[in-house]
Amino acid sequence: MSPDDPMLPVAYRVEKVTKETRDTFTLVTRRVDRAPRHAFEPGQFSMLYVCAVGELPISISGDTADKQNLTYTVRSVGQVTNQLVSLGVGDTLGVRGPFGVPWPVEEARGKDVVVVAGGIGLAPLRPVLYHILRRREEYGRLVLLYGARSPQDQLFRKELTQWSQAPESRVLTTVDYGGVNWHGHVGVVTTMFRYVRLRPERTIAMVCGPEIMMRFVARELETRGVERSQIRVSMERNMKCGCGFCGHCQYGPDFICKDGPVFSYDRIQSRMEAYEI
Amino acid sequence: MPRFFRLDEPALDGLIEALRQQGYTAVGPRVRDGAVIYDEISSVADLPQGWASEQEAGKYRLNRDPSAGPFDYVIGPSSWKQWLHPPEARLFAAERENGAFRILPNTTSAPRYALVGVRACELAAIAIQDRVLLGDRYTDPIYQARRKALFVVAVNCTRSAATCFCASMQTGPRAVEGFDLALTPVGNGRQYLGETGTDAGAAVAGELGWPEAPPEMMSEAAETVRAAARAQTRNVALEGLAEALTAAAEHPRWETVAKRCMACGNCTLACPTCFCTTVEDTSTVDGARAERWRKWDSCFTQSFSYIHGGSVRTSVKSRYRQWLTHKLAYWQQQFGTPGCVGCGRCITWCPAGIDLTEEARALRA
Repeated sequence: MSPDDPMLPVAYRVEKVTKETRDTFTLVTRRVDRAPRHAFEPGQFSMLYVCAVGELPISISGDTADKQNLTYTVRSVGQVTNQLVSLGVGDTLGVRGPFGVPWPVEEARGKDVVVVAGGIGLAPLRPVLYHILRRREEYGRLVLLYGARSPQDQLFRKELTQWSQAPESRVLTTVDYGGVNWHGHVGVVTTMFRYVRLRPERTIAMVCGPEIMMRFVARELETRGVERSQIRVSMERNMKCGCGFCGHCQYGPDFICKDGPVFSYDRIQSRMEAYEI
Repeated sequence: MPRFFRLDEPALDGLIEALRQQGYTAVGPRVRDGAVIYDEISSVADLPQGWASEQEAGKYRLNRDPSAGPFDYVIGPSSWKQWLHPPEARLFAAERENGAFRILPNTTSAPRYALVGVRACELAAIAIQDRVLLGDRYTDPIYQARRKALFVVAVNCTRSAATCFCASMQTGPRAVEGFDLALTPVGNGRQYLGETGTDAGAAVAGELGWPEAPPEMMSEAAETVRAAARAQTRNVALEGLAEALTAAAEHPRWETVAKRCMACGNCTLACPTCFCTTVEDTSTVDGARAERWRKWDSCFTQSFSYIHGGSVRTSVKSRYRQWLTHKLAYWQQQFGTPGCVGCGRCITWCPAGIDLTEEARALRA
């Protein structure tokens, strides 16, 4: 079989596991054969294979500047993710990819960047934040709006604080259920827009979260004057191959795996408003 | 070197034998379980001589017809994708030791098939799967290896079934390209006009010493195939179809057809272009060895669109809409061609007799 078979995983070893929340873990992985890690861009995903269990598309949540490791943040919601989060240091997993269209970090140069994340949707956006903060002067204002179910479900809490202290950067978080000790904001992430003043003509937005959240965020951004073409969303569908063969991730005329997962809102707006596409 | 030859039945036997001698596994039409299917053949005697099919929406009957030659049948439920894009294929094996594992790629070489009796619509279907599995961003090595090793003997159609509509899809009934050799039955289906399409085909023709075809044989063959086209009663109007269907996502017809559709997936299995697959993992009881298999899948199953939280397409309406819209509209945008070749299998083999041509027409209204 040809060595460039896109269906063959490459073995990576788990180097470090961080418990982010009760059900979400970050795995830092390194190639077993010591060859250079796969190159990736912010927003791309890998197909992660757990031997004898299965394979899933998982976005890369690590820094592109980390030339040794590929990092993934996984929420345990099913058979394969349960196994992924139970991997310990020294265990092996299979990696294919990376696949997909990345976030528009080059196009965003010189613009204000609004990053809107819901739940685990912050993971595929973290590489964007690393990228911008490393080149802070090349970008305009940075705003991160992040919604989680509860304070305990917030990812990357230490980093949220660090990011909020970067120059010209704001981080606003909200939760669905606060509990008695929460003094922050409660409500869906769209309600956070009232606290930020956008400069719509120079703003590009990158949005990742549940589909319904992305729909309402995109509408909100549009209401505030951001052009549809300047709103990017990251879509999710069932995926078996990542390379356009299995057909599962079709979304109208697009394959999420190769035409996405990051789409311009103007391309998919009508599909997002329809049911069961 | 002439391109057109005259073959009789012994010459056809000689062709099958010659291909087998060259190391090909010859695959062709055979009668099994009351239908013409494709499987290994060793001589003309294996072909469905004396059989004719009667087809309608939701209906297939194979009837005795003493006048029918070996290639006078109209295509049955099998298609060649079974041989090129197999229903089950092992992607790799893995061996596990102390938390680590090793990937063991497939090492067996691809089978070499000589497909005998490929119809024009089926050549078009192979060209479409080539586009999907070889001509896009990634290449499927399983398909590629089988495809490279292939020898194709096309057979032009002399009869059409009531479910055929290749003429309107501009894919048949005459094979124009994509074959090594093409045959047209003439003289009551017992003689053949042979045509070479590639150097490999010409080499076989030269080796077997076939005589050049007389001009009247060529005109008879052309007329027979034209008559098969004229006999077609179904059609799809391609002009503007992709745009019309893309705009018809909320058309009430989807509700109507969903009441008849059982979401059984027969159409996707019988379709020669449907390419969707899923994967399955197997392992030994101790987990020391695992395998990953790819299997045909169907967009009509609910699990097809499953993501955490539930399936995207829960209603049968949305699944039928996905299938038909993909076939006739999205495919055009994805791969520059419709995903339908007009073979009519989805019409014949739908247990509810749902007719793609009728649905396409209704959705434009």
